[in-house]
Amino acid sequence: MKRDIRRTMMFLNAQKASLVKDPYVYGADCVILDLEDAVSASEKDSARIHLYHTLKSRDYGDTEVWVRVNDVYSDLFVEDVRAAVAGGADGIRIPMTETRDHVIKTEAEIEKAEKDFGREVGSTMIMAALESPLGVLNAYEIASASKRMMGIALSAGDFRRTMHAQTTATGEELFTARGMIAMAARAAGIMCFDTVYTDLDNIEGLRRETELIKNLGYDGKSVVNPRQIEIIHDVFTPSEKDIREAEHIVLAVEESKKKGIGVMVVDGKMVDIAHVEGARRNLKLAKVAGKYKGDLA
Amino acid sequence: MKNSLNREIPDELLKDGIEVFQGAYARENYEYKKDAPTVKANVASGDSKLVDSIKAAIEQAGLKDGMTISFHHHLRNGDYVCAKVMDVIHEMGIKDLFVCASSLGKAHANMVPMIEDGTVTGISTSGVRDEIGEALSMGKLKHPAWIRTHGGRVRAIETGQVHIDVAFIAASSSDVLGNASGKNGRHDCGVLSYADVDAKYADKVVVITDTINPVPNFPAPIQAVDVDYVVKIDQIGDPAKIASGALRLTKDVRELKMAENCAKVVANTPWFKEGFSFQTGAGGASLAVTQFLKPYMDERDIRMGWGMGGITEPMVQMFREGYIDKLINDQAFDIPSVESVYNDSNHFEISCSQYANPMNKGAFVNYLDYVILGALEVDTDFNVNVVQGSDGMIQGAPGGHPDTAAGAKCTIIVAPLIRSRLSTVRRQVTSVTTPGETVDVVVTDYGVAVNPARKDILEALEQTDLPLISIEELADIAESITGTPAPLEFEDKVVALIEYRDGTIIDVIKKPILK
Repeated sequence: MKRDIRRTMMFLNAQKASLVKDPYVYGADCVILDLEDAVSASEKDSARIHLYHTLKSRDYGDTEVWVRVNDVYSDLFVEDVRAAVAGGADGIRIPMTETRDHVIKTEAEIEKAEKDFGREVGSTMIMAALESPLGVLNAYEIASASKRMMGIALSAGDFRRTMHAQTTATGEELFTARGMIAMAARAAGIMCFDTVYTDLDNIEGLRRETELIKNLGYDGKSVVNPRQIEIIHDVFTPSEKDIREAEHIVLAVEESKKKGIGVMVVDGKMVDIAHVEGARRNLKLAKVAGKYKGDLA
Repeated sequence: MKNSLNREIPDELLKDGIEVFQGAYARENYEYKKDAPTVKANVASGDSKLVDSIKAAIEQAGLKDGMTISFHHHLRNGDYVCAKVMDVIHEMGIKDLFVCASSLGKAHANMVPMIEDGTVTGISTSGVRDEIGEALSMGKLKHPAWIRTHGGRVRAIETGQVHIDVAFIAASSSDVLGNASGKNGRHDCGVLSYADVDAKYADKVVVITDTINPVPNFPAPIQAVDVDYVVKIDQIGDPAKIASGALRLTKDVRELKMAENCAKVVANTPWFKEGFSFQTGAGGASLAVTQFLKPYMDERDIRMGWGMGGITEPMVQMFREGYIDKLINDQAFDIPSVESVYNDSNHFEISCSQYANPMNKGAFVNYLDYVILGALEVDTDFNVNVVQGSDGMIQGAPGGHPDTAAGAKCTIIVAPLIRSRLSTVRRQVTSVTTPGETVDVVVTDYGVAVNPARKDILEALEQTDLPLISIEELADIAESITGTPAPLEFEDKVVALIEYRDGTIIDVIKKPILK
């Protein structure tokens, strides 16, 4: 099932039956069944077969299901894509995306598979992970390479390595990449996602980092442990005050549209049509968090 | 014949007044005269009751073939006493004994060869695990074993269904007169709740300890007036296994989520108010429930009147933080709870009869508002199995499960829908330990099911954002993942009777055919 709010994307080793049988119970918006780094080289085929059967037999409800395939230029890639498409995954996540060619090649394989397995052509989305300076510098052309592009994501482990950067608690080494990726995504009209937070016991650190990326304009964050989901969702959930304000803005703007007025005062603040998008997004976030029951979202 | 849960109970087992289960509360107002021990009076003054060895105590107590002996399980997996006594009995060549234990586990594996050679021919216990569970499941015991609840054991003894000839009571400390306790010793287990009925109803009572204190060794739950002999041995048990260190709270997100939802059930039902009473188990999710209750209690500005049960550190912590007025302890699960029952006023030791006996004038379980319990299996009629594994082997214990479930106003089961490849919620449990009429809510990682008979609870929970789901839907989901298991096959031989707390037979366990 496709969704328009994607706060969390939880990685799961596609090979592990105990993990993939029911990951939706944790409440992540998306899960990413991983055929790449989590699976050892000798187990790639069995993981792919397992992935296919999981996708065919399990119902993940309204949790979106992604598959991280192996490198586009590896000999595993084509079969990975075919298994994911045949199984009915919502989308493919490309690792180490550096140029638009990665996306084009992926799109071509997806389209072939969609035809082969009787899936609607164009129904499988693509997300690209940017993990190197070249990938980040090409962020916009990657983001705009295909209509299937749903989002781009920063993957910080390899990015730090290829940048010769150090890991800092405040994320200084990622600042440029985060900014560029967010800007490229918005320019291309797609979503952007932040990297995983690996210090699992550091709840406060995760909260701070999630606040940071939310302020930068990110839509969500990758997750490696279900413990992190609630915290990230909490950061992305608007406060009661924000929800009320958003409701007032949407109502006022709709009302004023009818009257042909462009600018108005809502709750003592100047508001124009440009505020509506943010207000609606807030209501959507509130709705998925169960904090808003109305129909303006 | 079939009992009221439609479970077939072979007629040949229904003798000596044993009846089939007729409903959880069918024996309300049942009248009976209590059994009594034969007492050998100690008229002359001044004699110490100390005897030199376990063997001497057995000889002086006059233990013979065919008699009934008893043990308690407060030393848990660290218990050396039961194994030592059984070894001596075995050496002495006494046969055909009925062992009435409050529970048996890992520490009692030496009983297996004695089951095989006829030293032990009958067993009554709550817990049966590991090697003994296997031996019983395979039908090695001459007579079917009695699986009893904690309250049911007291009832069986008080009604005279079981008459103990010699009780062996392991104690952390005693004086030479037999004033014995779970405290003040080298290896403290905290309380001796389960041994209370043994001391009061057995003909001969032997206290076995490694710590002799000056007279009087008070406070003493086991009193000298009930004790015939005292034996001092080197060590009653392995301290690391008698009481574990503080149990670490789970980090498992599924368990935490279930615990959180369980706390939400508690907080949104009518009994969650100032002075409420509460019991929870020691399993991961049940243990975690307590931490999630605190914010609700803060929000409502209420306190728990009393917390009961197997006491664990999280309960002790809440008690010390002022969230709980009184703790009532029939079993201390870890070192912090042993220390607390030792040091804290308002933390009280009670007997197992006070705790859970259905046939006294009102056990504490009857006054519980909430109990949180686990389950191996739950069926779509809300019947619970905590005794028999889905492979047919006996591997659990009713403990106080059926007692508290029947007593509490709101009984909540917390269990994952699937364990490994086995579904917890299924169409029919392998055997029934706790009848569905006493089970109100089942909290799983896939949603919360309310017993349709409890319209009051359902109504209350419909006002919340809890993920309510029917028990049938839970069974459907479980089956969609695990498939429908092939039915187990059993021989006709009954290896154990599962007795309901009131003495009726709720189910039987037959010998599984292993493939």
